[in-house]
Amino acid sequence: MSLLSVFSPLLRRVSQFKTHRRKIHSYGLSYSVLRHCWAKRTPVFSSSCRTIRTQTDKESIDLSAFPPERIRNFCIIAHIDHGKSTLADRLLEMTGAIAKNEKNKQVLDKLQVERERGITVKAQTASLFYSHQGEQYLLNLIDTPGHVDFSYEVSRSISACQGVLLIVDANQGIQAQTVANFYLAFEAQLSIIPVINKIDLKNADPERVESQIEKVFDIPSEECIRISAKLGTNVERVLQAVVDRIPPPVAKIDDPFTALVFDSDFDHYRGVVANIAVFGGQVRKGDKVVSAHLGKTYDVNELGLLRPNEHPTQKLFAGQVGYIVAGMKDVKEAQIGDTLYLQKQPVEALPGFKPAKPMVFAGMYPMDQSEYPGLRSAIERLTLNDSSVTVQKDSSLALGAGWRLGFLGLLHMEVFNQRLEQEYNASVIVTAPTVPYKAVLSSTKLIKEHGSEEITVVNPAQFPDRSVVSAYLEPMVLGTILAPDAYTGKIMSICANRRAVQKNMVYIDDQRVMMKYLFPLNEIVVDFYDLLKSMSSGYASFDYENAGYQAADLIKMDILLNGRPVEELTTIVHRERAYASGKAMCERLKDSIPRQMFEIAVQAAIGSKILARETIKAYRKNVLAKCYGGDITRKMKLLKKQAEGKKKMRRIGNVDVPKDAFIDVLKRKDK
Amino acid sequence: MIGRTCLVVGRRVSGPGLRFSSSGGEIKKEECERTKSSLLTKQASLYVHWPYCLRRCSYCNFNKYIPRENNHHAMTECLQREAVHLLQLSQVSSITSVFFGGGTPSLANPSTIGAILETVSGQVDFSDRAEVTLEVNPTPEGMSKLEDYCRAGVNRFSIGVQSLQDDDLRVLGRDHSSHQALQTIEEAQRLCPGRVSVDVIFGRPGQRVDSWEKELSEVLKVCDDHVSLYQLTLERGTQLFKQVQRGEVTVPADDVTAEMFQSARRTFLKSGFVQYEVSNFARNNAVSHHNLSYWKGRQYIGVGPGAHGRFVPFGEGGVAREARTQTLEPDLWMREVRQKGHGTRRRIQLSHLELLEEVLVMGMRLTEGINHKHWELFSPQLGLRDIFGTSADVQDLLRNGRLILDDRGLRSSWDGLALLDSILPALLVELETQIVQKLQRDLTQETSSQR
Repeated sequence: MSLLSVFSPLLRRVSQFKTHRRKIHSYGLSYSVLRHCWAKRTPVFSSSCRTIRTQTDKESIDLSAFPPERIRNFCIIAHIDHGKSTLADRLLEMTGAIAKNEKNKQVLDKLQVERERGITVKAQTASLFYSHQGEQYLLNLIDTPGHVDFSYEVSRSISACQGVLLIVDANQGIQAQTVANFYLAFEAQLSIIPVINKIDLKNADPERVESQIEKVFDIPSEECIRISAKLGTNVERVLQAVVDRIPPPVAKIDDPFTALVFDSDFDHYRGVVANIAVFGGQVRKGDKVVSAHLGKTYDVNELGLLRPNEHPTQKLFAGQVGYIVAGMKDVKEAQIGDTLYLQKQPVEALPGFKPAKPMVFAGMYPMDQSEYPGLRSAIERLTLNDSSVTVQKDSSLALGAGWRLGFLGLLHMEVFNQRLEQEYNASVIVTAPTVPYKAVLSSTKLIKEHGSEEITVVNPAQFPDRSVVSAYLEPMVLGTILAPDAYTGKIMSICANRRAVQKNMVYIDDQRVMMKYLFPLNEIVVDFYDLLKSMSSGYASFDYENAGYQAADLIKMDILLNGRPVEELTTIVHRERAYASGKAMCERLKDSIPRQMFEIAVQAAIGSKILARETIKAYRKNVLAKCYGGDITRKMKLLKKQAEGKKKMRRIGNVDVPKDAFIDVLKRKDK
Repeated sequence: MIGRTCLVVGRRVSGPGLRFSSSGGEIKKEECERTKSSLLTKQASLYVHWPYCLRRCSYCNFNKYIPRENNHHAMTECLQREAVHLLQLSQVSSITSVFFGGGTPSLANPSTIGAILETVSGQVDFSDRAEVTLEVNPTPEGMSKLEDYCRAGVNRFSIGVQSLQDDDLRVLGRDHSSHQALQTIEEAQRLCPGRVSVDVIFGRPGQRVDSWEKELSEVLKVCDDHVSLYQLTLERGTQLFKQVQRGEVTVPADDVTAEMFQSARRTFLKSGFVQYEVSNFARNNAVSHHNLSYWKGRQYIGVGPGAHGRFVPFGEGGVAREARTQTLEPDLWMREVRQKGHGTRRRIQLSHLELLEEVLVMGMRLTEGINHKHWELFSPQLGLRDIFGTSADVQDLLRNGRLILDDRGLRSSWDGLALLDSILPALLVELETQIVQKLQRDLTQETSSQR
């Protein structure tokens, strides 16, 4: 069949296919083969074709033909840029889920930020049909974020899987996130298939990577599959390994319907679209299901597979992964980790997930207060699709009304900002990130007031005084650094400067070293990663996982202008770091507060003790030399601008501080 | 621009403002006020811009052109034509002073100056005692024409001396020597005794406080009764700006120029000069009447390429003062004047608030500041105390002695004058707030009285 170049013949062809397909179906032949051919012929119409195809597929899949033993649930995990999404593209193409097309680049990465940064932020599911040794299999691929900031996504996805493909770049070898992701999968007791990607590269050294894998992960090198996802080399072997080496889900079709909600999305027309893994029984359109978490009952309006686009079906069966739309209007109704069951057949709830805890906080303020409502709705819409972000109203005397947002990590925060800017066209001031501290209260009165002995402090203004506290705690992380051994010395010294304690250090081959350090989270949130990258010429990789809280000598540091504290600049710091950070803040303020008619003392203080001081000298002369008839217009313009600026300035005692000065001091430094 | 200063007309000629206000000694106060405020629109000063220079000074970004050919005749004709047009448009009955600035107006033929002054006389009342100032470049060529300028009607010279150091004159790109400057001052004083002003620039590349003080005492020895003192400002796009950017030349730091300014103020004071405006010093009351009218918010008409004006265009039914700018480029300007009688490029009507803002900003440059009577001319309903009496910012400024608000009016202190540009934004914020509140009060009253 030749390429169809006009629209009407295409339509005719579609209807032909419909009948053709049904016939084939009755003979029990493979869909994937057919879809593959079909898609291959119409690259020009790929977008229109996709909708049509979905229609033709409707009611055509009988999922009852896929009992658990014919199902494999797996995900792909990898360090950034090791080719996870490219492999996903190939798998989708080979099984016919998408057309084989030059343009298929990271099909599962739908967000602009994902494509730009080459990372996956949001887990995506794709159901693939694959024929192996005469049997038809349903393979559910869950594409997961690579960065551990998004490990809540990874761990959720992992809970719906029985195996993972662990991708490692044949050139770069094991990197920090490879290690972190491996442990997530290992701890979940999943089957791990190591895949060495990019063997087509000139500098590829798969033998070396295999020995690294053997050394670090204790996986025999024979188990590694060498592929080039880009060229498609050996990708078929990956599919075979998925079927052969990953066990089918343990799920019984005769059990009562039980499903785990492992992700959710929000659609303005239909409400919540929940991603579910069916652990037992079956569910069909029209069923009444109950959320174990809320006890609320919902009617199933729509359900189906994700391929990766939604593909409605009549039913979903035990062991399968799909989506469900059940009239949930609020994203909070679809709690991640919740269990769904049939109203008539209650079951015990599955063990859920711990809700992701924000570890990095930052203030967000509109550039101008008039943009507040717009920014509010943008943040609301974005958090609908990313329930891991916590939002709290906040207000700053300098920056006005805004929010304090909690993120799972730095990249998470950056991605959120970028999405705000790109998808909602909102410009925001983002303050330097802070971490949640804890205080162990000693006063019984305060313990009663707070209802617990331990309180979390996010806002420095609420930092309790040492006199009522028996200990302060700070969040710790276990950092993994992988780098060529030439940089070991430098890395050890920057880690020591950051109050980090080395936990271990191993050579993963004759040149690369893996080091583990226990860091105070606060020491890495601002610029640690950038520093590490630049000092290692980009060769070091870094990742971390949360490691609880540790007692720390924390103090509240004030910034004073002519003796008056500036509330919004108060920070919590470790005593050892107080001088350095106080000095840095004073210097930044000195550079950003304009000279005034009097001298301004900029000081950092702990209680009444001054740590650092900068002086902004007074203007001794500030007056335009010439001002005659021809100069008035220009002069007026300048003065009016200053007057407008003055209105927006914040007055601390007698000092006028422009908003820009706060922004300069509070915001993250541009990279 | 060589510098536009003026000096007092002394006893010989009383300033026009003075003449009018003193004429009604017997008249009742109310009537007198009406006369004063109507004078605001019946009178104007006239600025005439001569756009050509022989060369470009390294620090100057003013509107000037190096002429390609001698087109003095055409330029004269156009200046006359535009003057007639704008005088008629303004419907003023008298011109109180004329100032020839530039460019280098001392490159113009004395006959050009004479022709323009005659044109003015032909249109409106123009007393032969009115101040007529010409900016002079102190070159032998400029000096040789001074007498002819006097015959043409000029009675005051403003001489662009800039420095008495020949090395510095070279850095500034001036085409005269200090010796020539001294000769020109002498000749000008011979022709217009007591009515010669000298422009001096400080904050020049490499200048130090001690050398500046020495130079100042030399200036004081040779000058007449008026000196204008300007701090060098690095203007974007000038040759000097680029040199400083490239690090080839360094200008003194802020603290150093501040000290130069303060030192000069003290020195002039000791020598009997009054600093009557931020950059202008006079003795024997030899103030520039023309420039005073800018600082007092009076009307002025600007004629010539790039000239600015502020007047009510009654001739075409206007009721509010307009800020007007003429077309910058001389050839274009001439074409427009020939076609339409004028080269007005931009007209912006000033609101009541904007007018008051200009009156405030300009008035505060004077050491005598703004007196209550003067303010009332422009703002009959809201006095200075109404506007500034309650503001916390102004109270601060009063308390720490930068500003004075008393029975005379509002003015900067000695210290405050040097910091005027830090004070003005606070005053402007307060002015706007009070005017807007007043407007709202009036509006509420209006609606409630309508009910």
